Amino acid sequence: MSSFFLFVLATLTVLMLIYLFRVVRGPSVFDRVLGLNGISTKAIVLLVVIGTVYERVDMFVDISTGYALLNLVSALAVAKFLEERGASRK
Amino acid sequence: MTVLAIGLIVIGLFFLVVGSIGMLRLPHVFARAHALSLTDSLGAVFVLAGLAVYQGFTMNSLKIMIVLALVYLLNPIIAHATIRAAHRAGLRSSEEHTE
Repeated sequence: MSSFFLFVLATLTVLMLIYLFRVVRGPSVFDRVLGLNGISTKAIVLLVVIGTVYERVDMFVDISTGYALLNLVSALAVAKFLEERGASRK
Repeated sequence: MTVLAIGLIVIGLFFLVVGSIGMLRLPHVFARAHALSLTDSLGAVFVLAGLAVYQGFTMNSLKIMIVLALVYLLNPIIAHATIRAAHRAGLRSSEEHTE
């Protein structure tokens, strides 16, 4: 069972690398914001899986809850800022 | 119970993989947001539900369910806010913004 969770961790890390490619490459700034949102969703799942591997889920779930709320606030702030400013500069 | 947990996690990983392939291959920002918001919400929800089933019926699985509800509520809100900003900033799904 532990090797299965290690496989899940490796898969999530590879997916985060794919999203990181989109963040680096993305033509517009909104592609970068979307890629960062995808990375943070994967990070929320990744934290819970790490907690399951180390058998400390009670601690890691709290961290991932905070991460989800922080992700919401930061993404809404960035979206609001870009909406006001426009997409003129890349 | 473990078999059910493994099944749910594998289904969730399938959706996450499909979402990242869409993020890599689709032509413009609206199509990419389509790929991201739908598959990412469903995949994360399936993986978290599998982990909650693996924990059994304890306080930890209840907290994982709270994270699941947060992800399922907040992920479409974030994608919608970003795409609304993109549309209001003047991006369209026409030829000049595709890569």
